[in-house]
Amino acid sequence: MSGETSSSTRISKRFADLRASGELGIVAYITAGDPSLDATLQFVLALAEAGADVIELGVPFSDPLADGPTIQRASERALKSGTTLVGVLDLVRSIHQSSPPANEVPLILFSYYNPILQMGLEKFASAAASVGADGVLATDLTPEESVDYRRILTAQHLDTIFLGAPTSTDERLAKIAACSSGFLYLISRTGVTGAKDALPDDLPSLLRRARAVTHLPIAVGFGISLPGHVSLLGGLADAAVIGSALVSEIEKASSIAAAASALAAKIRPLKEAARHGLSRREVAP
Amino acid sequence: MSSILQSATTAPGRFGPYGGRYVPETLMVPLFELERAYEEAKSDPKFQAQLQDLLKNFAGRPTPLQFASRLTEKLGGLRIYLKREDLLHTGAHKINNAIGQGLLAKKMGKPRIVAETGAGQHGVASATVAAHLGLDCVVYMGTEDMARQALNVSRMRMLGAQVVGVDSGSRTLKDAINEAMRDWVTNVRSTHYLLGSVLGAHPYPTMVRDFQSVIGREAREQILAAEKRLPTHLFACVGGGSNAIGLFHQFLRDAEVKMIGIEAGGRGGQLGEHAARLAAHQGFTGARPGVLQGTYTYVLQNEDGQIAATHSISAGLDYPAIGPEHAWLADQHRAEYSAVSDQAALDAARLLSRTEGIIPALESAHAIAGLIERIPKMSKADLVILNLSGRGDKDMDTYSRLL
Repeated sequence: MSGETSSSTRISKRFADLRASGELGIVAYITAGDPSLDATLQFVLALAEAGADVIELGVPFSDPLADGPTIQRASERALKSGTTLVGVLDLVRSIHQSSPPANEVPLILFSYYNPILQMGLEKFASAAASVGADGVLATDLTPEESVDYRRILTAQHLDTIFLGAPTSTDERLAKIAACSSGFLYLISRTGVTGAKDALPDDLPSLLRRARAVTHLPIAVGFGISLPGHVSLLGGLADAAVIGSALVSEIEKASSIAAAASALAAKIRPLKEAARHGLSRREVAP
Repeated sequence: MSSILQSATTAPGRFGPYGGRYVPETLMVPLFELERAYEEAKSDPKFQAQLQDLLKNFAGRPTPLQFASRLTEKLGGLRIYLKREDLLHTGAHKINNAIGQGLLAKKMGKPRIVAETGAGQHGVASATVAAHLGLDCVVYMGTEDMARQALNVSRMRMLGAQVVGVDSGSRTLKDAINEAMRDWVTNVRSTHYLLGSVLGAHPYPTMVRDFQSVIGREAREQILAAEKRLPTHLFACVGGGSNAIGLFHQFLRDAEVKMIGIEAGGRGGQLGEHAARLAAHQGFTGARPGVLQGTYTYVLQNEDGQIAATHSISAGLDYPAIGPEHAWLADQHRAEYSAVSDQAALDAARLLSRTEGIIPALESAHAIAGLIERIPKMSKADLVILNLSGRGDKDMDTYSRLL
């Protein structure tokens, strides 16, 4: 079993608090720089105010092959506005220098591997740590290719979060969990990111398989957009990740202020669902 | 040269530092399954018999190694042989790999294949093999490429494949690969991704090379029979690099055989104007090692690690990364890489058409242009094999505008 060592990162503390209150966490993903980094700062403040427990900042990439159309378009908008990894790190610093609750929300950088690699692993890790990022998830990086990455990020006390998938065997889930810190991110379905109507039928068995190999908190993402999804995850998972559903609110909004309100309005009922109903079931173990 | 061959096997799927497996987790177990199925197939007599039968009776192997007598004369007398992959069924070397992977898909019980295509030759080969083996086939193709290779779009549809236009990014091969990977990751339990070049995550670069290395095995025997000696130079165009590695691989141990890969120099050296990943020595800028679409290799990119736009008149060479084994061969100075311009390729296509009666694909025309540009540095005693990887029917729109 992995994840047994006590950790004092802000991510671990946040999940411990959620578990203690029997509450499902809400992890909010938005693409940094969509439509500008200044706007993203406003969005993060609004998301935190509305109750997001953890925030993932997507680093835009020219070739987002794990993403569906919604986040692809967000990446294009972000790159068009001149967003770079350096810019996203500056944004993290600004969030840290803001006021509660935004400066208390754990921040995860969600990137494809190449931008990180081009900055250089050492330089990236020390920069990310110094601006106050809490964890990093690289979509196209698996345990096998990440030995240096994990060593260098861990040395800077950054959590390394890896993805588990429905196609992962039990043995792989154990390996992925052993390489992860903070939490394990389970992909709910085979496919790319994007909002869907229903959760897949085999999700409970995937969660059981993951629980059997780790004590790490488990967040479930890909396809989650509705309070009903969040209610179903209560008692099964520790957190739900909402991404494309938020990004499409930004896309639809007529102004930055309108987008910020729409994001808050999207998060509030999800957080309500996470606090009540089925979600109140005790989370194993 | 044995060190090159050995280091290629030190870590699975690594060519020196290049290669590897950089994919979303969902694809890892399917890649392991593919690797296992491929390893089994290598020593499975039934699979090998099917493969040989289809290569011979369906695709038309072996292909001739033709002495190009008038081209030889025109270029000053050093002897030039053409490996006539353009004579294969569907018109290019791509069918060699499509047959191999199509049989693997059957063996793995996957009823559906997806493929990407740039020039359309791999898409046509995939659609052809899918029809022949009774598999469903979806081909992703950039809309820019669909316009410039319209004939191949019709061929794929005639063969029953669904051709899906990709409108994102530069609307070329790179974007078609992104979309094929998105389909694969979604339908991975029923679908095999029939990747068309020595790109992507392990085992693709190794497996596709193996399926294409029939080119070099035949060529080596044929040149020894015809000339009683090994060639001094091999020429091939390099997009992802499957026809080049297919020719080169059987000659890697022959240290005296020089291998030259020709990239697309497009309109010039500035990033965005070319697709030359290993020709920095000629002033083609923007290539650095990085990760794209599953593999670590030389990639055309900006300072921030965003993948650059590319340009080539040839859809099949218009791609920002190069197969990882080529990156390694270049680092080791075992193969040389240089780029020729759009215009040089067009001129070469016209020259070959009029001296040999062969209209080459625009991709293969780059190899001819590369040979022409190197002639001043060569001697009359040199002996060349040039891989004529495909025929030019698909490029007639482009060519006819020049006449």
